[in-house]
Parts: sequence; structure tokens; C-alpha cells
Amino acid sequence: MVDPKMRSVEKRVEVSYSWEEVASSPAFRRLIEGKKRFLVPAVVFFLLYYFLLPSFAGWAKSLMAVKVSGAINFGYVFALSQFVMVWGLAWLYVRKANHFDRMAEEVAQEVKGGGE
Amino acid sequence: MNSAFILFGIIVLITLAITYWASRRTRTTSEFYAAGRSLTGWQNGLAISGDYMSAASFLGISGMIALSGYDGFMYSVGWLVAYLTVLLIVAEPLRNSGKYTMADVVSFRFSPAPVRSMAALSTLVISTFYMIAQMVGAGGLIHLLLGLDYTMAILIIGVLMVLYVVFGGMLATTWVQIVKAVLLMGGTIVISFLVLMNFHFSVGEMFQAVVDKYGPSYLEPGLRFKNPIDQISLGLALVLGTAGLPHILIRFYTVPTAKEARKSVVWATVIIGAFYLMTTFLGFGAAALVGKNEILKLDKGGNMAAPLLAQHLGGDFLMAFIAAVAFATILAVVAGLTIAASSAFAHDFYSNVIRRGQATESEQVRVARYTSLVVGVAAIALGILARNWNVAYMVALAFAVAASANVPVLIFSLFWKRFNTAGAVTGMAVGLISSLVLVFISPAVMDAKSAIFPLQNPGVVSIPLGFLAAWLGTYVQPAEKDSHRRFAELFVRSQTGIGAE
Repeated sequence: MVDPKMRSVEKRVEVSYSWEEVASSPAFRRLIEGKKRFLVPAVVFFLLYYFLLPSFAGWAKSLMAVKVSGAINFGYVFALSQFVMVWGLAWLYVRKANHFDRMAEEVAQEVKGGGE
Repeated sequence: MNSAFILFGIIVLITLAITYWASRRTRTTSEFYAAGRSLTGWQNGLAISGDYMSAASFLGISGMIALSGYDGFMYSVGWLVAYLTVLLIVAEPLRNSGKYTMADVVSFRFSPAPVRSMAALSTLVISTFYMIAQMVGAGGLIHLLLGLDYTMAILIIGVLMVLYVVFGGMLATTWVQIVKAVLLMGGTIVISFLVLMNFHFSVGEMFQAVVDKYGPSYLEPGLRFKNPIDQISLGLALVLGTAGLPHILIRFYTVPTAKEARKSVVWATVIIGAFYLMTTFLGFGAAALVGKNEILKLDKGGNMAAPLLAQHLGGDFLMAFIAAVAFATILAVVAGLTIAASSAFAHDFYSNVIRRGQATESEQVRVARYTSLVVGVAAIALGILARNWNVAYMVALAFAVAASANVPVLIFSLFWKRFNTAGAVTGMAVGLISSLVLVFISPAVMDAKSAIFPLQNPGVVSIPLGFLAAWLGTYVQPAEKDSHRRFAELFVRSQTGIGAE
């Protein structure tokens, strides 16, 4: 079942125009800039945060062994914080992505307008 | 043991009923490879979870946590963080610009024959590695529970998975994965609850029991991984590898839009995360309540920790239930792998390379079905040959190959304008060959003393090599004619969804 909205997008494509023109259009550039501003720092952050785990596990064993509460140590709490990090970042991205969807829709509108 | 037979039988009947239902709805290539793009984000999220939480996650990780404590849990973390790579980098562009396989995207800008052939090859290799791990888990499990011969067990799994895929295609495979995800989450919640009940619902008390039995080192890193570089290497393979796993990537084509693809990854992240949190209870529960020696007695890889824990907590019936769930897990995952492998061969190699896009719909579906049959037979044979390995560990190697061969080329294709055919082919070839060779000369395959390559996991070397080869290969060949226009088209389409099917 293809979304009826997608069908109409498909039709727009049949209109002849240059992809390079779309790629350099202001609406598309805005979309890409917006995505870059969010995605590049997000990817760098989660990779760095994740690789702290094996790095600490390898080179900072005494830090990992520090007791936090009863038998539970810092290493365990830090591993759990990774779960929170993943869910938090996923949630943040979904909020941002709704915004990107609207910007993508603007690009599609522009393509339609330009082709006719 | 009778209850085990009955529960296994019920699961087999349910999945065969699904296959029968799906087989009547599977005629076109889009239906066979992509379930007619009819799934919602939520359904696909469950199916991705079902596809991903394999025997490696369920049996392998619980065993690894039971035997090596903290180091086992690090697998859980890496496997979850991997979903950020999928969510942020590949899922939506892939859905926007491809039809059925990763190669659709990678070959979009380039000369299709060499790129598709290479991508099909890497998909087949990765799926095979992954599949062997599942088969080994299945064989051991059924042998343990039903007393059936290991070979017989592998035959049963192999025949069932071929039935699902040949007759039911992606739709049957998806629903088998959804049913299994629900069963697995249910079973894991029940065991976790019972484990916690044993410790008066205090996680601290459970950890204390483990420390009392095995000492504080059990909750600290270092029991399994002695070499920090090895850990980084494994982490890299886990975090990047998921984004290159063919059976996960094809799941994004079963939804109609990029927005649904995104929703499905988010749902998968929630479900998989919750599951991996509970692996703590499975693993430490098994260590504290069943004991290491008992686990090792049955299986050196530790793969039987979860079923043994179930038996300890709920007797033979719960053990039979958990074993039946593990069996469903393996069926679902091997079916997903079979479909990934057969789409790679039938869609990428047969239809687009051999027949140059001239094959009719029915011919393509027929070839895809034959391919599934061949893949099934190969999986049975290889499953019989490989035994006594920890399944989580073998799957981690498949991740390393995926991260080295597929991920660099996928990322460059989507985001780098200058990238070309030569770069794509050399990137995939070097990533594939280097990761495989490094595995074969590592302590994973050779014995620890004579191993030429010191690390357990090749990722830290082979992933950068994959990127480097893709980059260097690009400069061997001048920029391709039309390449700017084709990049502009792929880039606009992948980022906006304009023209997506």
C-alpha cells in the first residue's frame, strides 16, 4: 500500500527539470544545512560517548571498579547511561526530523512549481 | 520433555499458518522482497527487533554475561548503540533511494554490473557467517532439549526456513519475526521477574549475590577481554556493523516512506534496548542461581545459560517455553538472512547483471525462490560443520565484515560527490577480503599462540582499510561522465524522498 501522498510525489518527478538545479536550490540547501547542523555533532557525540566505554574498560579499570552503591560500581552505571544516551538521542532526533520533513516537503513543492 | 515437544510443535504450526496465509499474497517482486511495502513503522520496528535479537543476543549474551560478567554486558551496549548509526545515517536515505537491496543505492550512480556483483558477494558472505552462528545455536539447543541429534536439529531448522521464504517471502518472514519478538520479550520479562523475585526485587541484592559467589571482578571489565585495543575493535565492529547488515537494511524497504522507516528504527531501539537491559537479569541470574559449572557442563560456549536459568526458576515447563522461544528466534533470524541472501543474488546478480534488467516479474520471483532453496541447503551443510563456538562471538565477526565491506561504500555513495565505480568496487573488495583474512589468521580461528594477527576482532584494522580503499580506489579512476548529475539526483532523492517508490 503506497501512501497516496507518495504517489503524487512520484508524478512530480516525471516533470522534467535538472537535479543539479534542485540540489543548488535555496530550499534544498537549507534542508541540508539544517540536517548537518544536527547530525554531525550528534554522530560525533554518540561515537565519542560510546568509545569511552571500551576505553575506560581497557585503560581505567580502577575507575570502573569504584563502588557507587552496594556492589554496583561506576562501570555498571556508566554502561547503563549508554542506554539513556541512546534513547535520549533517538528522541531528540525524531523531534528534529519532523522539522526536516517539512523542509523536504518545501523542496518538493519548489520542484513542482519549477517544472510546470 | 513432552511439554517441550508440544510447545515446539505449536510454534512450528503457527509459523507455517503464517506462511500459508502469506504465500497467497506473494506474487510480485515487491511482495516477495519487500512485503509489498505494506508495513507500518511499528510493525516493522517489531520485525527489526525480531530480526536482530538473534540466538546471539538471547543465548549468546546471556551466556557471556553468566560466564564473563561485565564483558558480556558490553556486547549488549554496543549492539544497542549501533541503532544510532542506523537511525541517524542510513535508514532514511536508504528507504528514499533504494528499491530492494543495499546495492540499489550503491550502484545508483555507478556502472551497475561490477558494483552489484561485488555487493551481492559481500551480502552472501555476511549472511552466511551470521547464519552459521544461528544454526549452531539451534543445533545445540534442540539437541539439549529434545535429545534430537545435532544434525537432525539443523535439518529441521533449515527445512522450515526454506519453507517460510520460498512460499511466504518477505511477508511471512516479517510476521514470523513479529511473533517471535513478542514471544521473546514475553519470555525475557517472565524470567527477569522471577530472577528479581529471588532477590526480593532488589538489583543490588542480585549483584551482591554474584559478588559473593565469584568476587567483585565479576562486575568489572577484564574477565574476557584482556587487550583494550581488542575491545575498541569489537566496539567499532558492533557500532558500525549494524548499518551494513544486509538483513537489517532490507527491512527498510518493507515500509512505504522514510518517515515510517525512521519510526521503525525508533521502535526497534526502544524494544531492543529494553531487551538488552534484561540480559543483565538473564546473565547474572544464571551465574548466581544456576552457577558457572553447571552452564559449562552443558556447553562450553555458555549458550545454554538462559534455558538452564528458566529450568531452575520454573521447572521443565518454563525451560521448554524458553527453548521454544529460542527456537522461534532462530527460525525468524535465519529466514531474514535467507531472504537477504536470496535478494542479493536474485535481484542484484541475476536480474540486474546476468539478465541486465530484462527478466520478467515472474521469472525474478522464481529465481529468488530457487536461490532461497540453495541458500537453505548451504546453511544446513555449514551449520553441521561448525560446532562448539559461542554464537555471540561468531555474529560479532559478521558485524566486522559488514562494517568493513558495506558501511564505507554505503556512506560514500550517499554523501561523497567524487566517489565512483572503482572506489565502490575496491572499497567493498578490500573491506571484505581484509576482514576475512584477519579473522582467519587471528586467535579466533588459529590457536592463541601461533596466531599471526593478535586481535580477536578485525574491525579496528579492516574498517579503516575499507574506508581507505574506497577513497584511494576513487582516485585511480577519473571522475565519471555524468557523475555530478547522478550524484545530485541521488543526493536530492535520498535526502527528500522525491521520487521514492
